[in-house]
Amino acid sequence: METLHSILPELIRIVICAIGGAVIVFGNALVMGYAERKLAGHIMLRPGPMEVGWHGILQLVVDGIKLMGKQLVVPKQADKPLYMLAPILAFAPVFAPLLLIPFSDKLQGFDIDVGMLVILAFASINVLAILIGGWSSNNKYSLFGAFRSVAQNVAYEIPMLISLLAVVFMTNTFSLREIAAAQSPVWFVLLQPLAFLIYIVAMVAETNRAPFDLPEAESELTAGFHTEYSGMSFSLFVLGEYANMFIVCSVATVFFLGGSSGIPLPYFEYTGALWFLLKVYALMFFLVWIRWTYPRTRFDQLMNFCWKYLIPFSLVNLLITVVVVKLI
Amino acid sequence: MIVFEYIAEILFYGFMILTFMGGFMAVRSKLLMHAVLGLAVSLFGVAGLYFFLGSPFLAMMQVLIYVGAVCIMIVMGVMLGSTPDQLATKNFSGQNLLLAILACSTGFIALFVAIGQTKFAPAAQRVGDMSIRFVGENLLFKYCLAFELISVVLLTAIIGAIILARGGREEKAS
Repeated sequence: METLHSILPELIRIVICAIGGAVIVFGNALVMGYAERKLAGHIMLRPGPMEVGWHGILQLVVDGIKLMGKQLVVPKQADKPLYMLAPILAFAPVFAPLLLIPFSDKLQGFDIDVGMLVILAFASINVLAILIGGWSSNNKYSLFGAFRSVAQNVAYEIPMLISLLAVVFMTNTFSLREIAAAQSPVWFVLLQPLAFLIYIVAMVAETNRAPFDLPEAESELTAGFHTEYSGMSFSLFVLGEYANMFIVCSVATVFFLGGSSGIPLPYFEYTGALWFLLKVYALMFFLVWIRWTYPRTRFDQLMNFCWKYLIPFSLVNLLITVVVVKLI
Repeated sequence: MIVFEYIAEILFYGFMILTFMGGFMAVRSKLLMHAVLGLAVSLFGVAGLYFFLGSPFLAMMQVLIYVGAVCIMIVMGVMLGSTPDQLATKNFSGQNLLLAILACSTGFIALFVAIGQTKFAPAAQRVGDMSIRFVGENLLFKYCLAFELISVVLLTAIIGAIILARGGREEKAS
């Protein structure tokens, strides 16, 4: 009985964290799904979804029910176990990073001293899921999409890591809470503008979003890696994508935009999360905005941009940071 | 606290099983794709063991590096002409079999000798905390030579890849 008593607080904490993570994943997908279609509509001078509810606000709920009711089609020549595994693998790893994001001083699941690495490690599993899905569909378009995704993600992971490392050198820690706390007078976006720009570009490429959405380029590859997926297995990919967007935007907020700092509200240890979410959704709005404004890049342009510009610039930036930190 | 020890024990055996199952899959699968995914499972198990040993840093680096590595290996495997119904079994015959046995036994004997000579301390007497600082200081001071030698191996691999790629290109041009 005593043992149960001692582990009960920890158990309750784990359950609350899990529920919170699920709420964020599904709530975020609902909000972003609606916002993306609405914003896309208005950017293209059309109203977007209007029929279901006030200004189509229930459209995503109805879409969700439709997708859940749809048949799961498995191609005859597909590798069935891997075909079914891929959407789960794309969706499941997004929960671990959500536990580590410091929404405010006291709203954080766990704070461990390698927080940044955990987030990047779990975010990188997404590309394996895309590759498995694309290969097991046994479809040329899917395979091409998966290959592009691998080339793109492996390349853009490097500038992303190096630009974040510049901030890590300034704060001497991988812990997300300490990094957010270290920028109380000045946000790192002012001290590390180049690293921020590089991170933003790499972030768009890592989440496979336009103008870098080569893995699912619909004008060349039908729908890329998820051509053969239907119903819920397709929606798991989409849920994973929106959750990944949320995670990379949160990392940008923690590393460059001062975490939960802002004008203090009452009970700031908890209500600081409002500022945090405001910054995250401002970045997400930016992602949607450029998706519907710029045309898709060509694949060689994409790879050249990473290897010939982003990586050298991020390395130079890191070098300058190290020298400056050492001298001060 | 006893409960946590049980959980840790279960996790340890879980990671062990994962590692061995993955290794078995990697060796016995008939499809290249399945074999490489088996390798991924095995490496995940090893990452779990690092975590169990109290070094989340190593565990996370393991995941971060090997997910990318496994993906590239699959891409290379598929591009080198492996159709879904091509069996890997024909690689295990003749000269290949001999070389495979030679390589495996060399690796096994080297590891066996190394493990046999190591004195394992119980977990309670473990030196250092295996945190980033500890790992970094050991790599760059105590084991500096080994660290540099590993990077020489990587350099050799890069040069080899460049030579192979250039050779292919020049042949086409002539």
